[in-house]
Amino acid sequence: MTLTRRDYLKAQAAATAAAAANISLPAQAAPPGVGGDPTIKWSKAPCRFCGTGCGVMVGVKDNRVVATHGDMQHETNRGLNCVKGYFLSKIMYGADRLTTPLMRMRDGRFHKDGEFQPVSWDQAFDEMARQWKKTLKEKGPTAVGMFGSGQWTIWEGYAASKLMRAGFRSNNLDPNARHCMASAAVTFIRTFGSDEPMGCYDDMEQTDIFVLWGSNMAEMHPVLWTRVTDRRLTNPNSRIFVLSTYEHRSSDLADVSLVFKPNTDLAILNYIANYIVSNGLARKDFIDKHINIRRANTDIGYGLRPDHTLEQRASHANDAQVSNPSNWDEYVNFLKTYTLDYTAELTGVPKERLEALAKAYADPKLKVMSFWTMGFNQHVRGVWANHLVYNIHFLTGKISEPGNSPFSLTGQPSACGTAREVGTFAHRLPADMQVTNAEHRKITEKIWKLPDGLLPDKPGFHAVQQDRMLKDGKLNCYWIQVNNNLQTAPNTAQETYPGYRNPANFVVVSDAYPTITAMAADLILPAAMWVEKEGAYGNAERRTHFWHQLVDAPGQARSDLWQLMEFSKRFTTDEVWPAEILDKNPEYKGKTLFDVLYANKQVNKYPLSDIEAGFQSAESKAFGFYVQKGLFEEYAEFGRGHGHDLAYFDVYHQTRGLTWPVVNNKETKWRYREGYDPYVQPGTGYQFYGNKDNKANLVFAPYEPPAESPDQEFDLWLVTGRVLEHWHSGSMTMRVPELYRAFPGAVVFMHPDDAAARGLRRGSEVRVVSRRGEIRSRIETRGRNRMPRGVVFVPFFDASQPINKVTLDATDPISKQSDFKKCAVKVVPSQVAAAGEGRQ
Amino acid sequence: MRLRLLMAVLAALPVFWGAVLAGAAMAADSPRLVGPKPFTEVPSAPALPAEISDDVRKMRNYPEQPPVIPHSIRDYQIDLNFNKCLSCHSRRYTEQSQAPMVSISHYQDREGNMLGALAPRRYNCTACHVQQTNAPPLVENQFRDLDVMVSPPGGGR
Repeated sequence: MTLTRRDYLKAQAAATAAAAANISLPAQAAPPGVGGDPTIKWSKAPCRFCGTGCGVMVGVKDNRVVATHGDMQHETNRGLNCVKGYFLSKIMYGADRLTTPLMRMRDGRFHKDGEFQPVSWDQAFDEMARQWKKTLKEKGPTAVGMFGSGQWTIWEGYAASKLMRAGFRSNNLDPNARHCMASAAVTFIRTFGSDEPMGCYDDMEQTDIFVLWGSNMAEMHPVLWTRVTDRRLTNPNSRIFVLSTYEHRSSDLADVSLVFKPNTDLAILNYIANYIVSNGLARKDFIDKHINIRRANTDIGYGLRPDHTLEQRASHANDAQVSNPSNWDEYVNFLKTYTLDYTAELTGVPKERLEALAKAYADPKLKVMSFWTMGFNQHVRGVWANHLVYNIHFLTGKISEPGNSPFSLTGQPSACGTAREVGTFAHRLPADMQVTNAEHRKITEKIWKLPDGLLPDKPGFHAVQQDRMLKDGKLNCYWIQVNNNLQTAPNTAQETYPGYRNPANFVVVSDAYPTITAMAADLILPAAMWVEKEGAYGNAERRTHFWHQLVDAPGQARSDLWQLMEFSKRFTTDEVWPAEILDKNPEYKGKTLFDVLYANKQVNKYPLSDIEAGFQSAESKAFGFYVQKGLFEEYAEFGRGHGHDLAYFDVYHQTRGLTWPVVNNKETKWRYREGYDPYVQPGTGYQFYGNKDNKANLVFAPYEPPAESPDQEFDLWLVTGRVLEHWHSGSMTMRVPELYRAFPGAVVFMHPDDAAARGLRRGSEVRVVSRRGEIRSRIETRGRNRMPRGVVFVPFFDASQPINKVTLDATDPISKQSDFKKCAVKVVPSQVAAAGEGRQ
Repeated sequence: MRLRLLMAVLAALPVFWGAVLAGAAMAADSPRLVGPKPFTEVPSAPALPAEISDDVRKMRNYPEQPPVIPHSIRDYQIDLNFNKCLSCHSRRYTEQSQAPMVSISHYQDREGNMLGALAPRRYNCTACHVQQTNAPPLVENQFRDLDVMVSPPGGGR
């Protein structure tokens, strides 16, 4: 076999050489194939995809990106990218880029049931403004809303927050990051009083034990996985534990794989705590000094519509977020339920594997890094799961020092930077502040130079609630930017699509490509993407990193930032602010929202000449001042001096990013620990200074069952997620031929015996059906995912198989993040189904 | 004889690609990109595409693009015990396998030091190298190769 192959390859090489000899080469300075073309300009940028936040070098020639590769100088990836990152060069060049606004028209004007026709930006904004003004007048600020993104640049999210909260006086602003890591973000605040990890990626080179809790890093954070792999293969003490509801590529490299029944990870977490405590291995000194112990409210429901039986039945559906002061003895007593026998029985994980994991956590000689992503966060008890893993790190004192690190990974490139730090959630303001806190609103009004009492004090609609309110006709003007929610929200057939097509609503989608969401909208605005605009992202390790605009956007496409700011010019304060506020503050009368939000002598303070030589900024050119710098510097005011310090704007263009807090030009790698964090006072050891008493909260909670479990009819668990080759809903990666051809369509990963039991085999066409909707797909029994009996996995990147028609819109009742990892489905051959419905 | 055959295949390639691209432009309406029309429809799922395993190397789009895998990798073991890819592509086995040696860029550690063998961080081959199927692209990608921009095909200046 080797011989045949060798002959073939040799012949082929000869043929290629011959073919090459016929190519005529142009005259140039260097011989053919020698590099150094001086007309290619190389610049740095963060990758456009996941929360890892790799650096890439982008080669530009004649206003086009011609090459990309990993940035050797970027701390995160040191020259590496994953396959998606290596193909960044091609994401902007799909032939169906949107280059002009498109509106549903009939007889020359907007019509909800019209066909999409090209319109000018003026026509588009005229209609939008007409709809917004009508809705604001008739129904008030709660009837307008915006769904943004963890892929927004920092200043886009910031400009949107100002426009929504201060301009339209509505907190109905939420990012798609709600679907992605709200459970993590909410738990950080509940536990530490301050969002985002205490550790950093450098922990990976210093730890011994890696524990993956519902995280398939090998596919979803591949470059971080290279660092884990590096450590595992070079440190003799290193071990990898992978916990999941099925086995995947991360399990391939695991020393111990723990496959548990959905939702029972809660029991495993408590078992480990019980093991540590009952074997006398708890660091009681650490707990006494630095930790408060609290007991969570239980039986908290599933975040479904309030009239759902499960919500009616739950005793604490309405105060799910409450926890009560408790103590060590109560906690120890609570843990006693979670014995090895009980836990092994409930979870289906063999005892020796559970014990091995508990021992690794408990061993004082071993450093432990816990990772989690969507398996924890997209969980009806996601906040609890986050708490319970912190509890283990508290019990062992393995936190806030190199190598000992509970680490929440994020999915999106600026989930931290934009969604969390800027505060684009329905309940948040910049720098961890909350809309419900009067003092926080006052600080915000002051920095924004706006009248007292302007900002609304009630949290707006969160992502799932926005869909429900659109459907119910209570949210009527809706702007979606940088996300594809009709493909990625839960239970879309019942709860999302009806709202978009509700005749009472006007839905606007800004995107670079015609996505499934765009096609269901009323107005599509063409967006500039990635290096077509100047941007800033914040990755999972608190690293803020910038890039310059490197090429122009095609046709009429404009950045989301330009769209937000330009739209604000269409409103005057008199139209959207209450008369009493204007009467008290007459100097704001008759101004446009653009004037009061962006031309406020802060945002418009920096001239175009501040833009680094050799670069341009389309938005700055359009508005006549350095927009990005002005927005960033105003925003940075929120965090400087209280633990969220960002460096000066220009510094970020000169570095490969810095991890905040940046104090005296020095970044902070480990927070809350003396010697590493400048905010921690000498002699204290640790200070969890996000909380006033400098202590973190250990909040304990039990195992509770999921919202929906398989039964006789719907007899399988459905897990959804991503694949390596595609980013989220695939709108960019499906247009890159190499990525598309590597994984061209969604499939149903299934255990071969489950397939055989249903008369199916690899490649069979099937219907995946739940109580809410269905898709058709193909069975896959091999490949990267190895399913246990009773569990199927379907990725969500394929718009033709929108698996979220099938999923359930249950959420964690505290974080309001949807659980995409468990609902009940049946999988049946599609022919049988067709026959049942009267086949042709 | 075999050489001539291959030359013929290579000569035919541009025509083949032209046809694919024309088809792709029309496929912009593909449900895989824009979803079912209307959304409430449940479109049938296309058959699983065949893997490309013709051992024909593809030109890279730019120098640091990881080459795609032109052969089957079904059931390839890459775990703590064994890496099947390295059993042909590591330096030691390339004479026997005639497979391309793992690029020496893969011998560099995080700090940029050259090692005597594959850097451990490069162990997960499939994080960057992917096999291709014969699924025709859904829409044309208008990325332009640097060399094409420098010297347009057909000898134009």
